[in-house]
Amino acid sequence: MIRLERVTKTYPKAARPSLDDVDVAIDKGEFVFFIGPSGSGKSTIIKLLLREITPTRGRVVVNNRDVGSMRSWRIPTFRRSIGCVFQDFRLLPNRTAYENVAFALEVIGRSQSVARRVVPEVLELVGLGGKEHRYPHELSGGEQQRVAVARAFVNRPLVLLADEPTGNLDPDTSIEIMRLLDRINRTGTTVVMVTHDSNIVNQMRRRVIEIESGRVVRDQPRGVYG
Amino acid sequence: MRGRYVLSEAALGLWRNVTMTIAMIITMAVSLAILGASGLMFMQVDKMRDLYYAQVEVRIFLAEDVTEEERAELDAALAADPLVDSYSFQTSEEAYEEFRRLFEEDAPDLVEVTTPERLPESFQVHLTDPEQFAVIDQRYGSAPGVDEVVDQAGLVEQIFSILNAAQTMALLTAAIMAAAALMLVGNVIQVAAYSKRREVAVMKLVGAPNWFIQTPFVLEAVVAGLLGALVAFAALVAGKAFLLDGPLEPLTVLLTPVPWRNVLLTLPALAAIGAVVSAITGWITLRFYLKK
Repeated sequence: MIRLERVTKTYPKAARPSLDDVDVAIDKGEFVFFIGPSGSGKSTIIKLLLREITPTRGRVVVNNRDVGSMRSWRIPTFRRSIGCVFQDFRLLPNRTAYENVAFALEVIGRSQSVARRVVPEVLELVGLGGKEHRYPHELSGGEQQRVAVARAFVNRPLVLLADEPTGNLDPDTSIEIMRLLDRINRTGTTVVMVTHDSNIVNQMRRRVIEIESGRVVRDQPRGVYG
Repeated sequence: MRGRYVLSEAALGLWRNVTMTIAMIITMAVSLAILGASGLMFMQVDKMRDLYYAQVEVRIFLAEDVTEEERAELDAALAADPLVDSYSFQTSEEAYEEFRRLFEEDAPDLVEVTTPERLPESFQVHLTDPEQFAVIDQRYGSAPGVDEVVDQAGLVEQIFSILNAAQTMALLTAAIMAAAALMLVGNVIQVAAYSKRREVAVMKLVGAPNWFIQTPFVLEAVVAGLLGALVAFAALVAGKAFLLDGPLEPLTVLLTPVPWRNVLLTLPALAAIGAVVSAITGWITLRFYLKK
């Protein structure tokens, strides 16, 4: 499903690589935590998987596509097979929960009738039934993140990437979001989550890959944070 | 569905930034109007050149002491010359009549002191090809009984060199205004892209095609370009209706009148230039601004 093959990423003008010769393989349907201190290079992995950046050396393969050598005009189509949520939600403030999710469908050419059928369904799935027409500022942080998850999941992507999705949430809300991601994982979606939230990692007991100074220092099924 | 989104986004973008939009349209309009005006002038100058050259003639002034035979000899030579289209002879009396007609009002004193004998006789020669003046000058300039050969084309050339200079100035001004207009277009696009940065980020994230992300911005530039062209066209029509056909009408005796057909022709030309150049500028700006 996802393979990093001897991937090195050095940003221009950086003294040392953000990722240094990283080898990781993730199967379809897995739930994987990337953990590590700030600046360890774990967010670089998300950027590589999204093809926001390309590796300096090595190969990044997602859904059997070599992402690094992908032509730029193929990127939009490629990204439709990937859902992504972030620490800061990245919702459109002038659109309701429903419209935020529908926007993601609209801009890739889905008709409004598809949106009318699919969006309420996915909002129900993330537990926002009845709050479709609230604006982001009328929702709590946890609810906003649910909208973001709904938006990432509405296309039924094969992979869901989560970059510190609980970073702005209190512990209880974080647990709820994790339950949601767990449910999505159970539908067969591969979930890759970058975090330094030790509580969550310890509770979930899923595969943990620890990165330190750009290198994989631990890769353990059903691991804990520390 | 998406078409409507693209259109409404473009309209919204123009409206959100309305003062900048107006500035952009005005500079665009001024630049295109000057461009259109010099385009019209260019077409005119070509026509004027034909018209003037058809009328210019070479004058062969005869010396005061020219003899009967010398005059007859010149007459015969001109009649046989293949470079000569037609010619006529002007006596001192006729020259005086013409002189009086031209200067009576402006310089009566000058007419007063001038007598017919002081004005030379001359042959007025129309050439088959006005460019061949040098040959004529060589052939008749030193012939017996000839005082001087004068080419009116020389005077006409001075007029044209003034017109050409005016045209170069106009084009230069248009170019500078165009540069300002295009910088404004780039700026408007940047502001639009910045104010929509969240939407753009989400669109990229969920895999919206690039054309879909870029089209509203490019469309904004195109609409502004078209509006600018429309204003410029209105200005040219007004110029024709209220200046050239109005107070400046006497000028059209010197400069041939500008036909309406040419004025109307500037609309599609200016619209195409305005739209295409704005679109390219907008698109290039986006390439830099929406990179990644």
